Formats: sequence, structure tokens, C-alpha cells
Amino acid sequence: MNKYLLYPGCSMDSSAKAYMESLNSIVEPLDLHLEEIEDWNCCGATEYLGINLIPAYSLIARNLALATKQMNGTRTVVAPCSACYLNLAKADYYMQERPTLGAKVNEALAAGGLEYKAGTLDVRHLIDILVYDVGLEAIRSKVVRPLSGLKVVPYMGCMLPRPDYQHRWSDHEHPTELDDLLRALGADVIDYPLTTECCGGHMTQIGPESAFELIRRLISDASERSAHMMVTVCPMCQMNIDAYQNETNHFFGTNYHMPVLFFTQLMGLAFGKEPGKLGIGLELVSSRNALANLGIEVPVTQEPAAPRKKDEGLPMPRRWTKHEGRKEEMK
Amino acid sequence: MPQMTDERVRAGMNREEDLSLLHEVSMKTAGVSHLEMCIQCGTCGGSCPVAEDMDHTPRMLFAMLRAGIREEVLRSNTPWLCVSCYHCVVRCPQEVHIADVMYTLKGMAIHAKLYTDSTAPHFSQTFVGMVETFGRGYELGLATRHYLRHFPLRLPGMMPMGFGMITKGRMAIIPKKIKHIDQLTKILNRAKQLELTS
Amino acid sequence: MTERIGVYVCHCGTNIAGTVDVVDVANWAAEKLKHQGVVIAREYKFMCSSLGQELIEKDIKELGLTRVVVAACSPHLHEKTFRTAAKNAGLNPYLVELASIREQVSWVHSNKTIGTAKSKAVVSGAVSRVIENAALEEIKVPINPNTLVVGGGIAGIQSALEIANAGFHVYLVEREPSIGGHMSQFDKTFPTLDCSACILTPRMVEAGTHPNITLLTWSEVTNVAGYVGNFHVTIKKKARFVNEELCTGCGICQEKCPKKVIDDVYEAGLGYRKAVYTPFAQAVPNFPVMDKENCTYFIKGTCKACEKFCPTNAIDFTQQDQLINVDVGNIILATGYDLFDARRVSSYGYGRLPNVFTSIEFERLSNAAGPTSGNIVLRDGKTTPKSVGIIHCVGSRDKNFNNYCSVICCMQGLKFAHLVHERTGATVYNFYIDMRTAYKAYDEFYQRVLEEGTLFVRGKVAEVTKAARKESEKGKLIIQVEDTLAGKQRRIPVDMVILSSGLQPRADSKEVGKMFGISCSMDGWFTERHPKLDPVATMTEGVFIVGCAQGPKDIPSSVAQGAAAAARVLDKILQKEVMLEPIKASINKETCSGCRICNGLCPFNAIAYIEDDKISDINPALCQGCGTCVAACPAGAISGTGFSDAQIMAQIDGLLLRNLITA
Repeated sequence: MNKYLLYPGCSMDSSAKAYMESLNSIVEPLDLHLEEIEDWNCCGATEYLGINLIPAYSLIARNLALATKQMNGTRTVVAPCSACYLNLAKADYYMQERPTLGAKVNEALAAGGLEYKAGTLDVRHLIDILVYDVGLEAIRSKVVRPLSGLKVVPYMGCMLPRPDYQHRWSDHEHPTELDDLLRALGADVIDYPLTTECCGGHMTQIGPESAFELIRRLISDASERSAHMMVTVCPMCQMNIDAYQNETNHFFGTNYHMPVLFFTQLMGLAFGKEPGKLGIGLELVSSRNALANLGIEVPVTQEPAAPRKKDEGLPMPRRWTKHEGRKEEMK
Repeated sequence: MPQMTDERVRAGMNREEDLSLLHEVSMKTAGVSHLEMCIQCGTCGGSCPVAEDMDHTPRMLFAMLRAGIREEVLRSNTPWLCVSCYHCVVRCPQEVHIADVMYTLKGMAIHAKLYTDSTAPHFSQTFVGMVETFGRGYELGLATRHYLRHFPLRLPGMMPMGFGMITKGRMAIIPKKIKHIDQLTKILNRAKQLELTS
Repeated sequence: MTERIGVYVCHCGTNIAGTVDVVDVANWAAEKLKHQGVVIAREYKFMCSSLGQELIEKDIKELGLTRVVVAACSPHLHEKTFRTAAKNAGLNPYLVELASIREQVSWVHSNKTIGTAKSKAVVSGAVSRVIENAALEEIKVPINPNTLVVGGGIAGIQSALEIANAGFHVYLVEREPSIGGHMSQFDKTFPTLDCSACILTPRMVEAGTHPNITLLTWSEVTNVAGYVGNFHVTIKKKARFVNEELCTGCGICQEKCPKKVIDDVYEAGLGYRKAVYTPFAQAVPNFPVMDKENCTYFIKGTCKACEKFCPTNAIDFTQQDQLINVDVGNIILATGYDLFDARRVSSYGYGRLPNVFTSIEFERLSNAAGPTSGNIVLRDGKTTPKSVGIIHCVGSRDKNFNNYCSVICCMQGLKFAHLVHERTGATVYNFYIDMRTAYKAYDEFYQRVLEEGTLFVRGKVAEVTKAARKESEKGKLIIQVEDTLAGKQRRIPVDMVILSSGLQPRADSKEVGKMFGISCSMDGWFTERHPKLDPVATMTEGVFIVGCAQGPKDIPSSVAQGAAAAARVLDKILQKEVMLEPIKASINKETCSGCRICNGLCPFNAIAYIEDDKISDINPALCQGCGTCVAACPAGAISGTGFSDAQIMAQIDGLLLRNLITA
């Protein structure tokens, strides 16, 4: 059994309820045990850091300190939300890079009878656990309803692959983890150049016009590429693109209809779970039509590779992956 | 000394170069900022998804920091528009912690009461207020307070969305509170007396 | 006998005197080390100047000094100077000891009190040590007049030709099937735009036919033993599967070979070659090589089309790799560079976006002998671009990749701009952080390209994307950048992007450096003996470095270094013999137990076991005085001259000031 300490974050039982419900339905088939950190508090999102630095880091570090009390058999904290993941990882990293920060934060924690020694825990995002610990092969083996025919754009968002203090991701700009996972579920994955562009973050609240433009870029490119839906790994991304899509359309005079689901919802579907158990329907931009594509039986045909024609042009270089670099280093 | 009006600041009058500014910002930033290493290449300004709405690109802001133009830097809307997407951070050839510098500048601007548009600082403060009270985020409380104050006209257009969120159970009516809020309060009260200066 | 010791403390201008109170150090030595035999201690502004040297010489003669300690810079710099001065005054040069109070004191400390105290300790150590020094005589060995040049790019070719023309023999070893290096892939060369092949191929032919040059292509050095004047080198000549005696270079085998392979090396992946091939038409030598990995016969056991059609029966599938041993007196490394792998900068999309090209791909595209016969086209192989963006500093000046400037990219970017403009009339943009055109006629070329209408944008490109935001961007590559001079973010749609990739050390440079006994910088470039005054020599006598192996540089600088190293080698050859430091290990026959532990440890194979006497013995000609055996000998039977136990223990006592008389 694979045990992890779970830091759900505030949105998991509110705006991103669908994420939590679908996550709960896949932990059992994947033999994951997620133990919630007792009495965790909000990570401060992107707001507290800009107000007052030491309290902001102390707020984050309280969670890390609490987690160390439950370390029985594991030192890995899993965060399903990209912003939470980044804040937790960042506090852990900066408390080491800048020892004075670590000392002051601990001085504050001591007022609550807590302490956290930076580097004690390993902070990871849910998809990292699924792709690298559980493994694509294990995920593929649980698929009973392949998502073939469903055209998806994988949307990683910005705070997951960047700044990547621990060098976990295949790339900062065009990581392939989500693509690979969706492909393992049988979905038709579209090459989405904006996969790590920003959804607008808190700008939907404080500078909506800036945010609407960022949302427009994302949904217009996804529509341009004939996607049925976007798939995300982050509650904030889902919230912005889903809940503010209507306003964005209104602002630009467009009428995009681009549903956004969490990757765990698609995993649940592929594992044969009932849509109702996966929070499907909780999205404001309905995914009903998009998912209808799954109802249609599309036989998978393997087209033979076309023979190389003379005027096919110049060959492409092989794509770079970080793993290639790792292999070279290992030699 | 004559009153420092916006016009006078803009005209560059009475501007004293404050060469300690760069160091001060660097010290107050989490991690090691590497701000002094900036080579003005513009990778940050080129990468920024909201650069068009900024009054200064991040690169230009760093040049102004270096020149010690304190007031203009703290009045700039640039840090408030930063969406923390970290594109500039990973691309910066000099490893400047750009996003964290933006957080520092926000804090300094609030402290000096020099921001020009209060929407963003108020949002942050409202959010933080909720967190300090409950230990958790409270979206409905935040949204209503924030929108009533800053976007009253946007509210009617947002009603269907808000209604949808509530009926689908995606926005709680009652805030959740952590068990040991007293412990959190003690920690934050102590933390508020501390500053990162070295 | 009590020694009469002179101590000389150098100010080195303010280099030392800025952090060390040199007067105090000299006075202290005169007083506190008097009991050890110090009869005079002086300080002087520049001890290495002729006046400073004369001071020492005068004291040796007049005061009858028997030992000298100079507290100054590292022995690497001036040990020789002061030893020569001693010799001139009639004192054995090995009775002079340098105390490094610059590199090891003043340059690494900022506190004068600490610097002064540490200097005293270092001087004290040197005084204690020099008492134990023995008078030694230098060893003379003859110099083998042959030279090994590793790498057949323009720098290596230059070195080889200079030496060969002076009448001495050169072994020119090249890893690839042909000499010519990167320069043979280029179309034009900046700033004069001479055709690269036109100026290079005559040199290649000259090197290939020179009676004093033995050309070993498709070959690699696998082992190096010996020392300056007497290197023993092993070279692996890889099986070509073509008999060089019989082959006429007619090319029929390449024509008949049915197996087409993407040419990753010479054509930078843009073109094809056969499994049996010469990389390009003017290759030297013009014998093809067989690529075993791709040859149908080697894979499936049938085919042999080349053999069937070869008119001179030169194809030989039974050929084996061959090991060749050569003896040389000097070695020149001209191993060149690797191009930075642009796929690593994923925001620029190379390998993901088809119409993003690297600099070397563009060289092949624009080359009349390249895959498109010199037509500058998109990856579809036919469309001429209407707008082209050239991005500088790709992988260079970037802490995420290489932290140094690759030197050639600015001029290369200008050259590309000119070629695109001339051949296609397209709108050309250059994106740069800083324009660096500092060399003869370079800035004039910049101005020429400005005049031609190339648009310059000062800003490091943030990203190249295919995600259009508006109609005019659709189907284009959009270059997103801050125009830092305008202070505005710009999105510039273009058809083609060229990445001016940086240069980086060869992937195997660390291993190669180790094999030749030289070191690499943090970045991986070979380290020169002195960055300003000795840029082609290395810390290992008789091993020289030229061209990009030493650091990024353009063709003129590579050629200049090639010639410079040749001059240094000729200087050594013409001296006919070399004086070797008498720093050697020797075995005490009485205490050696014959355990043979030292035999295998010696990196220079200088120790042999003598069966008759049942002990080991060291060949002084091969011994380099590295000290490995001294440390390893369990019986303590080996000692090193110049580094005897007595010397080292005395120096330690001195450093710890145990030699001072405490009242």
C-alpha cells in the first residue's frame, strides 16, 4: 500500500468538489492511501505573500509542521492543487536557501508549540504521484472504458511545472506528464502550445479585463484545435476557465463553449466509474456534449505509416526530453 | 518641502536617488533574489502574459529599482498585475526570483501606502482577513465583500455564475473553521513582529 | 653546518602589500627565524624585476647565502625566475624555495592582520623546509621530433601544416571520416563572406598530401604514456571496411549502396548519406567509410552491392579495428566543440515546431552543396520564407544552460541575416541581448547588415509559439519578446526562426583531458597555462591546446592559435633536448620488501619489479615525480626528491610555528 499525507487545500471541498469526489473514487483501484493532515490551514494562495512575508511563510509552514507529526512510514505530502503545491514546496525550499527565513518562521511556529526543519518532507503534486509512483502502466491496466474519440487538450497550468525547485517535471514549458497520462486512458490528446500558460489566477477578482484576455487565449486556441474539452490538474485553472467563461464570452462578444474537467474525473470515467460519482455535472460549462463522444463506438484503426515521399521535405530533429539528458548523465 | 504630488513625481521633480532601494528589496525577498545580477535582457517582459497592462515591464522596474526611484517603483501597477505564472522565473538567464520580488514590492507598497489602485491590495487583505479568522478560505464571504466594494456593477452579470456555484455546492454558505485557530493566531501574531532584514 | 638563509618578501605592487604588511613579515623573519639561519630578510616592491633579482644575486655572493626563500607569488609563475637568479649567482637552483603569499594569502584574504599572520607562517614553513632541500641537477632528455595533432578542424590543420612545412613529421588524427571540421559545413565566413570551402579545401588537400603528414582519419587516440619529448601514443584506427591501398575514391560504392541514412553529423540531420559514404565531395581523404550500424550486409548478412560494383576490389568486410603505436615529442589538441543542443530551450520550440532551425542547419540550408542546393526554404522543402527571425545567445549567457558568451553568435547572426536578405529578400529580424562585434572589420559588417535593412530588436526572446492570438498570426511562428529599447512587449510573426546556438565543450572533454594529463575549467574547456600570457600551452609540458578546445572562438583566432602552438612545438624540437625537473622518486633497496603494490599504481608505468633482486625499481626517465608510490609504499621505502619526508615534516613544523624558540 502506498501511503501519502494529503494536503487537500480549501477548494477541494468547495469550488473543486468534483476534483475531490473523483480523486476519492480512484484511490481504491490504484491502491493509494491518502491520510489527511490533521487540522491543516489555508496556504494563503497568492495573496498572503504580498502582504507580509514572515506570517505568510509561517501560515504555510504550520501545515508542514503538522504533517511531520503524521510521518509514520512516509515523508511525502501530496497536494492536488497547484497553488497549494507550489506554496508548500516553496516554503520548504526557501527556508533552506535563506536560513534566516527558516529561523524566523520557526520562531513564529514556536509560539504555537510547533517547529519545522526544512527538507524533512517531500512535497509533491498528485499527478506526479500518479505518473511516477503509480506509473502509467498500472493506470493503463485499470482502464475498462478507453476514452478513444474524446479530443482533449491537456492543460497543466503554470504553477505546477514552474519554478520546479526539485526538478520533478519533464519540462518547464511543455511538460508531457498530463499528455502521457491522458494517452494512457486512451484519449485523443491534442498538442496544445498553451499548456503551461496562465489562466489569470487572482486577476479574475482584481483585474478582470486582464484575466478575460488570458482565458480567451486559452479557450480560443483549444477551440481552434477542435478540442472537445480541456483537462486540468488545478482547481484555480478549472474555476477561472469554467466559472468565468460566460463573462469572458460576454466581454469579447464570443460564444465559446469549452468544458474543463479535472484529470481525475477522466481517470474515473476510464476506470468505468459512474459520472455521478465523479462530480461530472458540477462544471458550469457542461461537458455533456463532449462526453457524448464517448458513447459513440469509434473503432480504433491503426493506419499504416505512409511511405516516405520524395517531396516530403526535410527531416525533423528528435524531440528533446529531460529523461534523455538523465540517461546521458547516468552513462 | 513642497507637497509630493503625482504630477511632481511624474515630472521627476524632487526625486532623490535612493541607492539603498535595490538592497532593501533584495533583503526583504524570500530566498536569494539575485536582483543585482539583472542584465536587462527583457526575458521577463517578453514572457509576461499581462505585460500589456503593466505601466512598466518587470525589466524596466528592475532598472528603476537600481536607479533608486523609490516612489515610482512602489506606485507601479506591475507587481499587482503579476499572476505568479513563473514563466519569467524559469526563463531568466540570471536566475532572478522575479515573482518573489513582486511579492516584496506589493508588501512595501502597502506599507508605504503608495499603490494607485486599491482593488488588488484590498482583495489580498480581505482574503488574508478571512484566513486569519477561520484558518481556511471562505469564497462566498470574500466574493461578496470584495465585489460589493470594488465591482458593484459587475455583480448582476455574475449572479448566474454565483447562483450556479452555490446550487452545485461549489460555494459554501457557512465558513469552515479549523480546530486550533488559537494556535494559528498565536503563530501569526508572533510572525507579524518579525521581519526579514538580513 | 648551519645554513645561511636569505628571505625576500615581495610587495607585488599592492597585490600582496594591500593585504599583507610585508615590512612586518620581513622584520619578523629576520628576528624570529634568526636561530634557523636567516641572516638577511628584505622586502621589495617587485622582487621579480631585474633589480629585485640582482638584490638576491648580490646577497648570495656577498653574504654567502646557502639557501634562499622568496615569499611572493605561486611557484607556477616565478619559481623559474628566482632559481635562474640563484644559478647565476652560483647557488644550486633547487636550494631556492618559493613561499606563496599571493595566491594563498593576499588574494584569498581581505583582513590585513590575518594576511600578515598567515604570511609569517607560510614564510616560516618555507624556511624550515629549505634547510632540508638538497642540491639537485636537472635531467636532460632528447626530444622526439615527431608531433601528434589531435583533431583535423581548421586549427589542427593549421598546426599540422606549420610543423610539416618546417620539415618535421606530424601525425594528424581525426575522429570523423574526413578532416575539415565544422568549417567544412559552413557556407560563407564572416566578415568578408569568403566561401568557406574555397578557403578551407586547399588547406585540407595540402594536409592530405603533405609528405610530412601522416593522416589518420576515422581514428581516435586511446592511450597516452610518457612525458614531454617522449610520448608513447596508442591510436585506434577504426575499421573502414575499405582498403585504402586499393580504393581510388571513385564513389561507385556510394552510388550503388541501397541504404539511405539521415546524416546527423555533416548534414546536421537535414540530409541523407549512404551506409558507405564520404561525408562530402571534397573529403580528405576521399576513401569512404562503411557505417556498420546501418550497413545491410552487417545487419542481415546479405547485400554486398558495394563489393560487387567496386572496380578495384577495395571493399573488405573482414577489416578489423587496428591499434597503432606512435612515439612523439609534443602533442597539440585541437578537438573543437559541440554545438549546444537547442532542444533544451523548450520555449524556442526546436524539435517541436518544424520551422525552427539551428545555426548549423541553416549553414547546410544555405550551402550550395547542402541538401537544398543552397535554397533557403522551410521544412516542407520548398517554401521560401517571407520573414525570418534570428535569435542570438541560444544556450549562452544563461545560467540555466551555459553561463558564458559563445563569442561567434553575434557575427554568425549577422552573417545569416545577410544571406537571408541576399537569397530570399525576406524581412529579417535579429534578436540580441548585446551586440558583440569587437574585432577587425566586424563592426563594419554590422553596419553593412544594418544598411541592408535587417531589423534589430534588443531583447532576449521569451518564446517562439504557434499559438496565434489574432488573424495575422495564424499559421506563423510568433516570436514574443520585450523590445527593451522601446520598453514594450512585441509579438512578431515570422515564417522561419534560426537559433544561434552556442558552442560547448565536447561531451567527452573531461575524459580526453584526463588521458592527456590536462585539466578542464568548470565549464569543461581545456585550461591553458596562463589566460593571457600562455594561452596555447597547458600545465603539462609538451601538451598544447588550440582552437575551440580551449574556449569558444572564431576562425581567425583558431588559426592564430594553431600557428602559435606550432611555433611553440618547433621551438622545443629545435632545442633537441629538454631539461626535466629532477623531482623523481627512488626506492631504498634495503627497505623495499618487494610487495609490488607500487607497480600497478604508477600512472607512468615507471616502476618495474626486478625478479633477480626481488625488489621494485623506478626508471627515472619515466618517473614524473607525482608521489603516488611514495604515499602508497607500506614499508616507507620510497622517497621523492624535492618532497622528502624530512622536507615536508619540517615545513609543517614551520607552518605551525613549532620552530620558534619560546622563551
